[in-house]
Amino acid sequence: MLDASEGYVTEDGRKIGGVVMEMKNITLRFGGVVAIKDISFDIREGEIRAIIGPNGAGKSSMLNVISGFYVPQEGEVWFHGKKRPPMKPYEVARQGIARTFQNIALFEGMSVLDNVMTGRLNFMKTNILQQGLWMGKAEAEETENREAVEKIIDFLEIQHIRKTPVSRLPYGLKKRVELARALAAEPKLLLLDEPMAGMNVEEKEDMCRFILDVNDEFGTTIALIEHDMGVVMDLSDRVVVMDYGKKIGDGTPDEVRNNKEVIDAYLGVSHD
Amino acid sequence: MGRRKTLAQTQSGAEGLHSLPALLHRNATQFGDAPAYREKEFGIWQCWTWAEAAAEIRALALGFLELGVEKGDHIAVIGRNRPAHYWSMVAAQMVGAVPVPLYQDSVAEEMAYVLEHCGAKYVVCGDQEQVDKVIEIQENLHQVKHILYTDKRGMRKYDHSQMNALEDIMAEGRAGHFRFDAELDRRISEITYDDTCVMLYTSGTTGKPKGVVLSNRNVIESAKNSAEFDHLTRNEDILSYLPMAWVGDFIFSVGQAYWCGFCVNCPESADTMMTDLREIGPTYFFAPPRVFETQLTNVMIRMQDASALKQRMFNYFMDHAKKVGGRILDGKPVGFMDRLKYALGNILVYGPLKDTLGYSRIRVGYTAGEAIGPEIFEFYRSLGINLKQLYGQTEATVFITVQPDGEVRADTVGVPAPDVELKIAENGEIYYRSPGVFVEYYKNPESTASTKDPEGWVATGDAGFIEESSGHLRIIDRAKDVGKMADGSMFAPKYVENKLKFYPDILEAVLFGNGKDHCVAFINIDLNAVGNWAERNNIAYASYQELAGHPRVLETIKNHVAEVNKSVAADEMLSGCQVHRFVVLHKELDADDGEITRTRKVRRKFVEDKYADIIEALYDGSETVTTTTEVTYEDGRKGSISATLTIVDAPVVTATQHKVAAE
Repeated sequence: MLDASEGYVTEDGRKIGGVVMEMKNITLRFGGVVAIKDISFDIREGEIRAIIGPNGAGKSSMLNVISGFYVPQEGEVWFHGKKRPPMKPYEVARQGIARTFQNIALFEGMSVLDNVMTGRLNFMKTNILQQGLWMGKAEAEETENREAVEKIIDFLEIQHIRKTPVSRLPYGLKKRVELARALAAEPKLLLLDEPMAGMNVEEKEDMCRFILDVNDEFGTTIALIEHDMGVVMDLSDRVVVMDYGKKIGDGTPDEVRNNKEVIDAYLGVSHD
Repeated sequence: MGRRKTLAQTQSGAEGLHSLPALLHRNATQFGDAPAYREKEFGIWQCWTWAEAAAEIRALALGFLELGVEKGDHIAVIGRNRPAHYWSMVAAQMVGAVPVPLYQDSVAEEMAYVLEHCGAKYVVCGDQEQVDKVIEIQENLHQVKHILYTDKRGMRKYDHSQMNALEDIMAEGRAGHFRFDAELDRRISEITYDDTCVMLYTSGTTGKPKGVVLSNRNVIESAKNSAEFDHLTRNEDILSYLPMAWVGDFIFSVGQAYWCGFCVNCPESADTMMTDLREIGPTYFFAPPRVFETQLTNVMIRMQDASALKQRMFNYFMDHAKKVGGRILDGKPVGFMDRLKYALGNILVYGPLKDTLGYSRIRVGYTAGEAIGPEIFEFYRSLGINLKQLYGQTEATVFITVQPDGEVRADTVGVPAPDVELKIAENGEIYYRSPGVFVEYYKNPESTASTKDPEGWVATGDAGFIEESSGHLRIIDRAKDVGKMADGSMFAPKYVENKLKFYPDILEAVLFGNGKDHCVAFINIDLNAVGNWAERNNIAYASYQELAGHPRVLETIKNHVAEVNKSVAADEMLSGCQVHRFVVLHKELDADDGEITRTRKVRRKFVEDKYADIIEALYDGSETVTTTTEVTYEDGRKGSISATLTIVDAPVVTATQHKVAAE
């Protein structure tokens, strides 16, 4: 399965392509603390890849390495067959990677529409003066981007809150708006940091459906961190399991579920 | 009357306007540039003129021919209000098929019954959710030949051998028009005034749904009469948001829209209805009392958060509106100073409020389906909104009685609609006869015969009387629900339930007591109103169940019940119906559980059987009752909830003397 070039076919008949991103022997340290210890795995085109693990396992750090926010002390990140040099977040965004955050990071005072529009910034070429005067090119550009945003608003069924300031929304909807903003960037790789944390069952089901629909409709590759094991097992094609900064499992949900080390990590075995 | 009816029929027959396709053709040729349909999509109102709509509908009809739709086939339409779904119905008529709109929120098993009963070979689905339901049904019912869907989302993975997107069918229809034009024109020309126009399933408070067959004559005559009654023109704008399977929506959004040629506006989604309402600002509007109640509750909640000045202004001018607003609307004499003050109020309060609600352009508004609270009704009328009531049925193609302008009251449902004859039977049941009277119940001659007599009189199942002074009809209750208490006095549950439901805190109430010596009631709280109250009073709750059982909530409801008892006691005939004991139910009565119909009418018998244990406890004097209830989730799965409910004794007015109903 881990043959670099070939893809595979999932149980529900989706074709998964070649490797999009490969993490090679990543080690990340904060001072004396080792957050990630020598981890390697890959993400393939069109798949839903989950990273799971108990609290403090280093999942969010891993996602931050993928998104280029953290630069690992050791190891290499390969993206589309090229080794990725350390880069600024906006450069990562331009490469087609978008993300959502564990703790919602929206502009609270702005409307949903404006928040999602910020996801289109990379597609806007006019300068601040042109946009301020809203003439000629700037107007055409906004119309074009608004259209793209409206399609996403329709897709995620948030038409009714289009003009609502984000601060007035309940938690579950804010998460959806964050997803909308990430999608507005038309990413090839979408990173979701605990998209379902703090949601009730119904909101979780909705979110699951949206994630699957995004993957199906736009062919977006998705890497996600999630605590809810039921969700992860249903949703993802392959799972990486981390514990104390180390990778302890990697494979399909079934393989991972039967992995002894994983069971130990989740049920709790003393680490000495 | 008989003569006039024949005349009207021959006239419209002579003009050749005896079908919806004929009306569509007239509209497209006479005012083809006028807007016919609007739908908000991707944040913008998309518009189709009559000429464009006619072209789309024709393309769809050609597509139906290409699929092999035969004359007399049934085409089910399941989805929210969208132009494409209205077009499907008219296109079905063009090819001689019968459109059958279904309630989109029905669970699969309910839908299975209707699909099997009408034998639909083609189904138009709004989206993936509906397609999934039809596929599930199809496993046992191998009759559906082809499924069409409007929204392509999520549909790519499906087996398309018997499935297609509606727009693709339209494209195929356009491409194949040389082959099918002649056949389509032939089929359109063959439609007669007495052919079936549409088949609508009544939700039915008892038993299985029945398919009401309405002819072109029923629909067009009713649309014409009602449009003339309210002087509707082709410049009206309506918002179509009520279920397409409901007869009212068919008459307003198809019948009257085609007869008058006005524009049908479809909201973006169910959740955006209020915003869309405001953007469209309809001139002609229809809503069940619930919509008006919700809006009023929202206004009141927002006013409580407004600044002191605004609150004072609101209260001051609303008091004034209550005094003179209704009279001004009815054209009755009002003093000059009062008019001046009302005009000022209109600038400062009423105008902005109507704008916020989306009613600034409204000319005619109707409410029906349930009784509306007098305060709510008066509130809207005092703002200058011409809100009226009508009384109707699917079997009558809606109209039985309507309130004429200037004769509007909260407690009646108006005078007989044009061409409608009324009579009241000895037991108080209302009968009517009109050109709108339905043809038959599909495949159900027994029910047809028991509802409609050979002379064309139809039993409504409602009991009421005609007020002698005004000629207006007043409804008491469902005829079969009206009963007798143990002492022989009249038991009319609806009368008391409506009084209870007029309190914003109470969503639903069910009264029991037929044949007993006193009445007891179930009450559902309104989560919005009570939740808001709880928030303001710092009452924490984790669930509906917890809030419903909160002692302070029970106290509030008890006060409401006490007030209702007082007002019921004042009515000599019905003073026996006071509520002695009640419970606040731990779950909302829900259509998915079969407790209420899709149009939100309580299935009394069903509720009585399901909660027999609670009723028993209400009568045997116990203080609490523990019960387990089965619930059905939206996806059809079942679960159960259990709860211990507190039974509350309500203060009753000891009637000096029950007047025993005249034997």
